[in-house]
Amino acid sequence: MPKLTVNGIEVEVQPGATVLQACEEAGFEIPRFCYHERLSIAGNCRMCMVEIKPGPPKPTASCAFPAGDNMEVFTDSEMVKKARHGVMEFLLINHPLDCPICDQGGECDLQDQAMAYGHHSSRYDENKRAVTNKNMGPLIETIMTRCIHCTRCVRFSTEVAGVDQMGLLNRGGEVEITTYLESALDSELSANVIDLCPVGALTSKPYAFTARSWELRKTESVDVMDAVGSNIRVDARGGEVMRVLPRLNEDVNEEWISDKTRFACDGLKRQRLDKPYVRGVDGKLAPASWDDAFAAIATKAKGLSGEKIAAIVGDLADAESMFALKQLMGALGASSIDCRQDGAKLDASCRAGYLFNSTIAGIEDADALLIVGSNPRWEAAVLNARIRKRWLAGNFPIGMVGAPVSASYDYDQLGAGPETLSQIADGSHAFAKVLDAAARPMIIVGQGALARADGAAVLATARAIAEKFGMIQPASSDAEGNEVPTWNGFNVLHTAASRVGGLDMGFVPGDGGRDTAGILEGAAKGEIELLYLLGTDEVATSGIGDKAFVIYQGHHGDQGAHHADVVLPGAAYTEKDGLYVNTEGRVQMGFRAVFPPGEAREDWKIVRALSDHLGHGLGYNTLGELRSALIATHPSFAELDEAPTAEWGAFGVSGEMSGDAFASPIENFYMTDPISRMSATMAECTETFVNAKAGRTGTEG
Amino acid sequence: MAVLDRAAKSLLLAELVTGMALTLKYFFKPKVTVNYPYEKGPLSPRFRGEHALRRYPNGEERCIACKLCEAICPAQAITIEAEPRDDGSRRTTRYDIDMTKCIYCGFCQEACPVDAIVEGPNFEFATETREELYYDKAKLLSNGDRWEVEIAGNLERDAPYR
Repeated sequence: MPKLTVNGIEVEVQPGATVLQACEEAGFEIPRFCYHERLSIAGNCRMCMVEIKPGPPKPTASCAFPAGDNMEVFTDSEMVKKARHGVMEFLLINHPLDCPICDQGGECDLQDQAMAYGHHSSRYDENKRAVTNKNMGPLIETIMTRCIHCTRCVRFSTEVAGVDQMGLLNRGGEVEITTYLESALDSELSANVIDLCPVGALTSKPYAFTARSWELRKTESVDVMDAVGSNIRVDARGGEVMRVLPRLNEDVNEEWISDKTRFACDGLKRQRLDKPYVRGVDGKLAPASWDDAFAAIATKAKGLSGEKIAAIVGDLADAESMFALKQLMGALGASSIDCRQDGAKLDASCRAGYLFNSTIAGIEDADALLIVGSNPRWEAAVLNARIRKRWLAGNFPIGMVGAPVSASYDYDQLGAGPETLSQIADGSHAFAKVLDAAARPMIIVGQGALARADGAAVLATARAIAEKFGMIQPASSDAEGNEVPTWNGFNVLHTAASRVGGLDMGFVPGDGGRDTAGILEGAAKGEIELLYLLGTDEVATSGIGDKAFVIYQGHHGDQGAHHADVVLPGAAYTEKDGLYVNTEGRVQMGFRAVFPPGEAREDWKIVRALSDHLGHGLGYNTLGELRSALIATHPSFAELDEAPTAEWGAFGVSGEMSGDAFASPIENFYMTDPISRMSATMAECTETFVNAKAGRTGTEG
Repeated sequence: MAVLDRAAKSLLLAELVTGMALTLKYFFKPKVTVNYPYEKGPLSPRFRGEHALRRYPNGEERCIACKLCEAICPAQAITIEAEPRDDGSRRTTRYDIDMTKCIYCGFCQEACPVDAIVEGPNFEFATETREELYYDKAKLLSNGDRWEVEIAGNLERDAPYR
């Protein structure tokens, strides 16, 4: 451990740490543009100059200089000040003075550091250079004249996103950042370069010119577009969500978010349900008051036995509203409730059987990976970046059972369906040896493998694999007496933000209850007469509208609302406080950034109000009381932002598996839920990244 | 003797005469009152009157929607909304000044990087209703068109001191 002094303060740093890190450790801020904690070191902006003794009598770039023993570092000597002044002056030579029209203005590293470390005025009288803008697709606006060539974007796209489409061309004064053949950056994480860009060269296209950073109201929240539960910051102006930015959480999303998380927020403004609707005698949905809507439901529900009532919750529901609905259904005597609208055969009885047990950060500790029926790149783009990070570190064989995908790492395509899985389970497959040799192997089971008729058998086989290859290890100590922590390599990768929360609170069919498929079948036959859909938009409800009375509660006029008899306008994830449980079982709290539109209300309040009309008033009047009730019955919701360790147990049902190949449930990454389907930006991305690849037939119009 | 002096002064109305003499002096001096509104007093080039949004000589509006005036306005009288125009340039879609809130501090024109928003020499914009004092972008631009010559002249005269 090297020991050195920074401005007279002694610090001890990890071997291999840089001088810049040592200075941070000592509490001194070093200005920088190219250095970033999560990217490789480039050392090309020269802003992080410090004076080091002993050493050559010139300033040294601290980001690329390893800290050594007995070094004396000075960060505010005359030499350092002069170096910073000089570097800043050179950087500003070709940087345009267009801060007033630059979207980075107000949150720009160059602006801030020019104020702190730069000259007051320029000595440069010659012409500034101009660079042509590059096309980087529908998300990233480029103003390349502003670029200072820190190459953070290039390093991000090659290292983290895994696409070699960006690069630096030419040298010296001619240098330019460009994309290969001016194509759009083909990655689900591409827009993170906007955050990384220290100047305004790469900015957000959908957000262009619409707001300034200082007029935005910032709210910390949790993303619901996938089951990763990325930590986000929702920036709103007035009643409108202007943009979504990532928040740092080392255990979940580091500091990245997917493009869908970032840009689907414009879908929050379109096709919103802002008042209750009731289907009239003419068969058309007509606007109604809340009382009328509740009265219509109460009339229908009167005298209806519990067997004829069912509820399905969708992918975006928060835990509180699910819990309130579950209690209401319990009071009505209904046991046909389900939170698995895709029909995944997940077993709610054993918590370890539906969690991402290794945790997302734990992927970095694994040494072999088997992916079953999943396309992590589209199902959980940020988690996929973690797999790539581990893969880049080396010695990480990855096997894939399921449809071949375009991943950001190399993998062995083992097979397409359950057959291969059985071979691995009985040890006859070559990959079984890889898993056997690994000390901490892991398996990721996707919804593509579980949302099918033989899902329970697939789950049982996956459990058998996990047990056979030592993926479940209790805490132990190795030969040298060092402690080895527990390892659980069995992972289920969810695609729905509400799923784990629903399973945690047992939002699954009770005794004699029907699951999603059973409910829909019963509703079509008339055996279910009252169907409550809480944001359920991914199931086909078209056939049941005339047989069963369908209540849709949600925020968008999507599939679920079209065939409903009563529509109750709810709140989207930016418009309510709520608890969400991510695929690891981590409970996270989101906060309200704006109010729901029109007469729409927070979802738990709607269920609470309805319960009074149905004569089964729920016993809480505030969100706090509801949370207390939730935590009292399901203590796991009390542990905020902690990855739980679940007890291993039996789950899944052994049985015959069909020969059908596994297919990922996501056909289009950019449109997976009502919000992203309504988003114009996501539609453009679909056009650019999905449809363009599918090939044009010439008949699109 | 002091008593005699005082008596003489009051008997001869000395104070009155002094006062009348002063009045007479001012009677022959040039008048300071002006016959408003037919005559007006001089205005400094820095006078901060009614706001105007200026244009470039080619007719392009100057405002680039940087929102610095909105940010600096201590009375929060300015409201701006912006989006990219069809040609990709940054422009306002809304530029409102609530003249009933405005305190005429002139910070907006100090903040403006392109001399778009200025407080012109016009101080005669009284209205019969409050609503007329909620200026929108069209009103401000028409002010700019109407007062451009005076505003440009004032800016030029003030330029050496900036």
